[in-house]
This record gives sequence, C-alpha cells and structure tokens, in this order.
Amino acid sequence: MGDLLLVTIQVDMHDQLAMTLQDDLTNAIATHGSHGVLIDISSLEIVDSFIGRMLANISGMARILDAQTVLVGMQPAVAITLVELGMSMPGVKTALNVEAGMELLRESVTGNRLESGDDDY
Amino acid sequence: MSKISEILQKNESELLADWIKEQLAAIRRRDLMSDVDLQTQSTDLLRSIANAARSGNVTDLSGSEWAGVRERLNDISSSRARLGFSPEETATFVFSLKQPLFTKLWAELSKDPSAMFTELWNATALVDKLGLMTFAAFLKTKEQLIAQQAEEMLELSTPVVKLWQGIVAIPLIGTLDSNRTQIVMESLLSTIVATNSKVAIIDITGVPAVDTLVAQHLLKTITAAKLMGAECILSGIRPQIAQTIVHLGINLSEVITKASLADALAVALQKTGKMVVRIDKQNAKQPENKDGVENKQAADLKGA
Repeated sequence: MGDLLLVTIQVDMHDQLAMTLQDDLTNAIATHGSHGVLIDISSLEIVDSFIGRMLANISGMARILDAQTVLVGMQPAVAITLVELGMSMPGVKTALNVEAGMELLRESVTGNRLESGDDDY
Repeated sequence: MSKISEILQKNESELLADWIKEQLAAIRRRDLMSDVDLQTQSTDLLRSIANAARSGNVTDLSGSEWAGVRERLNDISSSRARLGFSPEETATFVFSLKQPLFTKLWAELSKDPSAMFTELWNATALVDKLGLMTFAAFLKTKEQLIAQQAEEMLELSTPVVKLWQGIVAIPLIGTLDSNRTQIVMESLLSTIVATNSKVAIIDITGVPAVDTLVAQHLLKTITAAKLMGAECILSGIRPQIAQTIVHLGINLSEVITKASLADALAVALQKTGKMVVRIDKQNAKQPENKDGVENKQAADLKGA
C-alpha cells in the first residue's frame, strides 16, 4: 500500500481487542511513516456506541500522528444505527468501498487529483 | 338429533335448486362470478353444512365438526371481497338459505307445531351465525387489502433514482414522518451501495411543510449517507420553506442547499469530476459521447 495502512475489522471488538488495535495501529503509523489509514468495516454487521467511539478515537490518534483516516464499507444498517445513536462522527472521512477510500486518501495525502479513467461515463 | 341434518341430507338437490333461485332473485353479479362457479360454491357449502350438522350439534359452531364449514365460508367470503362484491351481496349468499330451509321444515313438521318451532329456531340461529361469520371474514379481508395498499403507497412514494454515474436523487413527495424517514434512509443507503454513488440529491419540492421535526429527519438521513461516503445536496427548497427554516432557527450550515434540482445536478457533476460542455460543431475533434459530457481530465487536456 506504500504510504497507506489498511485495517480490516472482521470480528466483534471487545475492550482488550480494541486497545490492542489502537496500540498496533499507532505503532505502525509511526514505524512506516504512513500518512493515510484505511479502516474497512464492511464485515461489521452490528455496531454499538463502543465501536463508534473506538473508531472516532482511532481517527483522532491517527490525525495527531499526521495520518488521515478514512472509514470504508459501512453497511446501510450500521449507518442507520450510528445515526440513531447520535454518533455522526464528525471529522472522520468516509467512503463507500476500498477503491473510493484509497482515492480519497491519495487526494488528501498528495494534494493532487488522481488520473481516473475507468469508471467514468 | 336435530331434524335439520336429516332434511339437509334427504333434500340436497331440491334445497340447492331453491337456494340458488333465491340467491339469483336477490342479487346477480354475472360480471363477477359465472353461474357455474356459483353452482359449485353453493353445492360445496351446502354439503359441508349437511356434514357438520350430522354431528347433531347445530347450535355451537366453534367445534371441530364445523371447522370445514368455517374454512369454506372464510374462503368464499375472502374471494368475494377481493372480486369486488359488496358486503350485503356476500351476506345474502348465506341468508338466502333460510327460505328454502324453512319451507322444507314446514313440509316435514307441519303436524308437530312445537317441534317445528324448535327446529325453525335452530335453523334461523344456524344461518344467522353462518351469516355473521361470513361478514366477519369479509371485513377482515377488506382490512388486509387496505393495509397492503397503505404499505404499497408508502413504498411508491420514496423511489431513489440514478441521475448519473455516481449520482442518485431522491425526490420526496408528501410529509416526512419518522416512519417514512426510516424507509427513505434504508432505500437511499441501499441504492448508494448498489450504484456506487458519491453524491445524493434530496429534493424536497414535494414536501409541503418543513418543521423542526422534518428538518431533524432530513439531517439524520444526510448524516447516515455521509457515514457511507456519499455527500448530500438538499434541493427544491421553496421560498416559504426557506423562510420557515430561518425563523425556526434550524441549522443547515453543514449541508449544501440549492433552490432547484438543476443547480444541485450541476454541483453534483462537478463533485464527481465531470462537466457539461457545448458541442462545438466547428471543432473537428468529437467529444467522448453524444451528450457532450466529458470527464474533466479530457477537457483539460484538450485545452477546452
């Protein structure tokens, strides 16, 4: 991924696992000097306010380390739940899937628009 | 052992003939049901009533011996409700059985007035109960039809349309209550996923009034779409609505708002990296497709 980190969340997050993820991620950002983090939650079917908070926290930590976070692959039911819970997650960028997320990250990281040619009309 | 059962069995064909004659005299809907079907239905019902009456019990219709009759009446009544018969016509179907039945009872028991009275009473009570059952079933079917139609209307009024590659629009018609907001949200989000869209235009031209509750619902929908990576543009805001929104102090600073769908489409195209150019007939180079919409990169390269 070069300069971008990809995190795929596939299991239910409990406290310990969340702490471990935060540790691993911040370390990885520092080690690789990454400027972009892509968190793929397309396998997450159920969320609660804990996960919502955790994702927002990770995004904040990454920002302090000069890495932009993009959340991708949120399922519709999950989005509706988070909205109903009142978690709008301001400051966290989102995209529909990994491709769109990568494009978003590359734009913000390098400051140039990507030369796209495939999915245009 | 009630005489009714005996009479029903002994005189089936006569009773049937008389009953159908009564029905036809009362109401005739040849447009909704053919004579053959009517004959079949009546025969079927009469036989099952005769069967059930054989048990000796003609007063309590809740038992298992009358289950077949109940089921048949339910079916007949529901189908008539769906076909478009009126409630009176459906009930008359059952009530018109009284005359032939009474005639037969009179013929059998004219020598024994007290027995005749008892049997006449049983017969009328029986037919009344059957008639009530028919009516109840009819009503239930109509209510089901109404509920089904209400649900269809709800779904019809929230279509999500794809305006362009990566752009969807949802034209809202009618008021937005919490029920519809749920449906709108689910509809919009699943279409965003299906069409891989980056921009969603919510057009509220058809929303008659916007109060704080409606605004809250709209903002919820917009936030949900944002969580899925799609940006929302609110369009179709009428002057009165704009005034109401400001008077109520609703904060729409986070949302792009446009007065017309056309303006919203222009912004959406821009956001997805496209622009609309006029086809220059003098220009030898052809644009990428007939409509003259090219992607921004190509336009830049051409120096247009």
